[in-house]
Amino acid sequence: MFPFRIPIRDWISAAVDYLSTQFSVVFDSISNLVLFLVDNFKDGLLTLHPLVLIVVLGLITYRMAGWATAGVAVAGLFIVENIGLWVAFNETLALVLSAEVFVIAFGLPLGIFAAGSDRFNGIIRPLLDFMQTMPAFVYLIPAIMFFGLGLVPGVIATFVFAIPPLIRLTNLGIRQVPKELIEASDAFGATRAQKLFKVQMPVALPTVMAGVNQSIMLGLSMVVIAAMIGAGGLGAEVLRGIQRLEVGQGFEAGLAVVILAVILDRITAGFGQIKKPQ
Amino acid sequence: MSKIEIKNVSKIFGPKPERAFKMLEQGIPKNEVQAKTGLVVGVYDISIEIEKGEVFVIMGLSGSGKSTLQRLLNRLHEPTRGEIIIDGKDITKMDHNELIHFRRKAFSGMVFQNFAILPHRTVMGNVEFGLEIHGVDKEKRRKRAQEVIEIVGLQGYENSFPSELSGGMQQRVGLARGLAVDADILLMDEAFSALDPLIRREMQDELLELQSRMKKTIVFVTHDLDEAFKLGDRIAILKDGVMVQMGTAEEIITNPVDDYVTAFVEGLDRTGVFTAGTIMQPVKATAHVNDGLHTILHRIRRAGLSSMLLVDSQRILHGYLKAGEVAEEVKKESVDEKKKPHHSLIHSPETVHPDTHLTEVINLYSESTGPIAVVNDNNKLLGVIVRGAIIAALSKGYKPEDNGYTEQTGTEEKVS
Ligand SMILES: Nc1ncnc2c1ncn2[C@@H]1O[C@H](COP(=O)(O)OP(=O)(O)O)[C@@H](O)[C@H]1O
Ligand SMILES: [Mg+2]
Repeated sequence: MFPFRIPIRDWISAAVDYLSTQFSVVFDSISNLVLFLVDNFKDGLLTLHPLVLIVVLGLITYRMAGWATAGVAVAGLFIVENIGLWVAFNETLALVLSAEVFVIAFGLPLGIFAAGSDRFNGIIRPLLDFMQTMPAFVYLIPAIMFFGLGLVPGVIATFVFAIPPLIRLTNLGIRQVPKELIEASDAFGATRAQKLFKVQMPVALPTVMAGVNQSIMLGLSMVVIAAMIGAGGLGAEVLRGIQRLEVGQGFEAGLAVVILAVILDRITAGFGQIKKPQ
Repeated sequence: MSKIEIKNVSKIFGPKPERAFKMLEQGIPKNEVQAKTGLVVGVYDISIEIEKGEVFVIMGLSGSGKSTLQRLLNRLHEPTRGEIIIDGKDITKMDHNELIHFRRKAFSGMVFQNFAILPHRTVMGNVEFGLEIHGVDKEKRRKRAQEVIEIVGLQGYENSFPSELSGGMQQRVGLARGLAVDADILLMDEAFSALDPLIRREMQDELLELQSRMKKTIVFVTHDLDEAFKLGDRIAILKDGVMVQMGTAEEIITNPVDDYVTAFVEGLDRTGVFTAGTIMQPVKATAHVNDGLHTILHRIRRAGLSSMLLVDSQRILHGYLKAGEVAEEVKKESVDEKKKPHHSLIHSPETVHPDTHLTEVINLYSESTGPIAVVNDNNKLLGVIVRGAIIAALSKGYKPEDNGYTEQTGTEEKVS
């Protein structure tokens, strides 16, 4: 239609090149931090004998979700070990946990800030809405632009994809703290920090934990997708199954993902309901 | 110096409140101001002095500005105009840090209708809360919390969570949280309104009992006149953000300033408000300790009474005589007219103090057969309680003047 092609790709390349050279220190530090986290989680999980980890995860699941779920979790973990997906399983777990560390580190303060400022909430809300309407793999594109291929962009994309529910629910939880509780604290002469840590956060905790739960589940789904850009783990096994049309292998990897999903979901769903020991 | 001085305080919600003031100064009411400017009048131009140790009640219909006025006292709401002076300090001039410091020093927190206690903390943790905010160390606050838990009768529930307690017990936690703090002013906003009537009355009684020992300065918000009159040493009645009347229960009942107050007063359960002093009747006739039996019988017959109180020249009460017994005695000993009644004829009547509440008077009345005498601390006879007066007091629209009684005529009533 036109005699020329709009050079979007050239602009973008130029911009990304410019940014990644200008801010190479920033991107490098982020990369290193992500690698550090993932490696430590992975090493930590894999140095344990599988049996030990199975028992530990089983106990945590029992504490959070009761016998039945703990039974399912332990059986699932034995199956994963048995079908030779133990390492991939723990890689994925390490990726999810690393991404979640970033999600919590940024999501909580942003949520708290949004709860305290209607203006900031007004800005961030449509942004979060927009982020949630985007298909998951769209997040991979900017991530690979700045971090290349591998697990680092995978974790970064996962972080971006998984953070909205935590911000949203932290904000919501704090805003839902009854006005009188805040007034009661103020009447005693509570400072802002005292209100936050002694009243708002503890009262909002179940809602915040629902946010953590949702973000972990979103994170898990993203980590599997991130295998497309070389993040490894169970996602890579699924992908391999699909690419080679090996239905059985793909199914096994998928089953391991489901087992991980069940365990993470049940454990984090239980967080919100914990009472202080009597 | 009063504990709390509220000087011409107003609170207007919304931007550019001057617009509302202009209209309010011309006497335009709250709803019109709101319709024209969109500004909400919380309270307008209120001045009150609250004394140390007083239970001061703020009363009015929903939306009349009670909570707003109360929240101005610790600056949970910033006053738009006026001064609030507590312990001699103008709190409206304090900066944020001074205010936090002052709240810790002067306020025993707030008690709310919906309890507003922390769901994630035990009873102990909740009662400790105020002390924790004040930075009291753990051991000390445990000890103090335990004391207060016992005062409000929650011992044994220290480790229970709020969700395991009834409403009444949750409100005890709310109250204990305030009492644990060693500060004078306690703010209570509809604190008992969510409780069912029996528990509610029990809590009111307990509050009064606690108050008689602790002597806090309590500012109590309620929409219930019975509660207001039961608890309040003085009551301020708000209407549309304006204070329409302030005074003691009796002042308000006997002299409601307008229809709004009258409407409130008409819905009242009067037994808690009226006292023996308000409803007592002047003593029409008495017998003197030096009177002989015949004289006494004569007096009794002339007055048409079934019994007669016996006093001395100082009007000190010595007892009462029954008409039938006196007549019998006179028949027996017709010889000696001057003979004074034998002590077996002199019975001791039920006596009450003028401040005794009508509720108690009614109880006495239903139990006793003889007269009920109203006496002062020196046992001087001030008046009597007659059945008719009790019934009159219980009926609506009653004013003490209606029975022609005033304090003077009561004490100076001549022996007829
Ligand atoms: N934060 C607020 N913002 C705007 N208007 C308010 C606010 N708080 C109270 N009001 C208004 O002020 C008036 C008095 O309210 P309030 O003091 O809560 O009444 P009450 O306690 O007597 O029921 C009401 O018209 C109410 O709508
Ligand atoms: Mg109110």
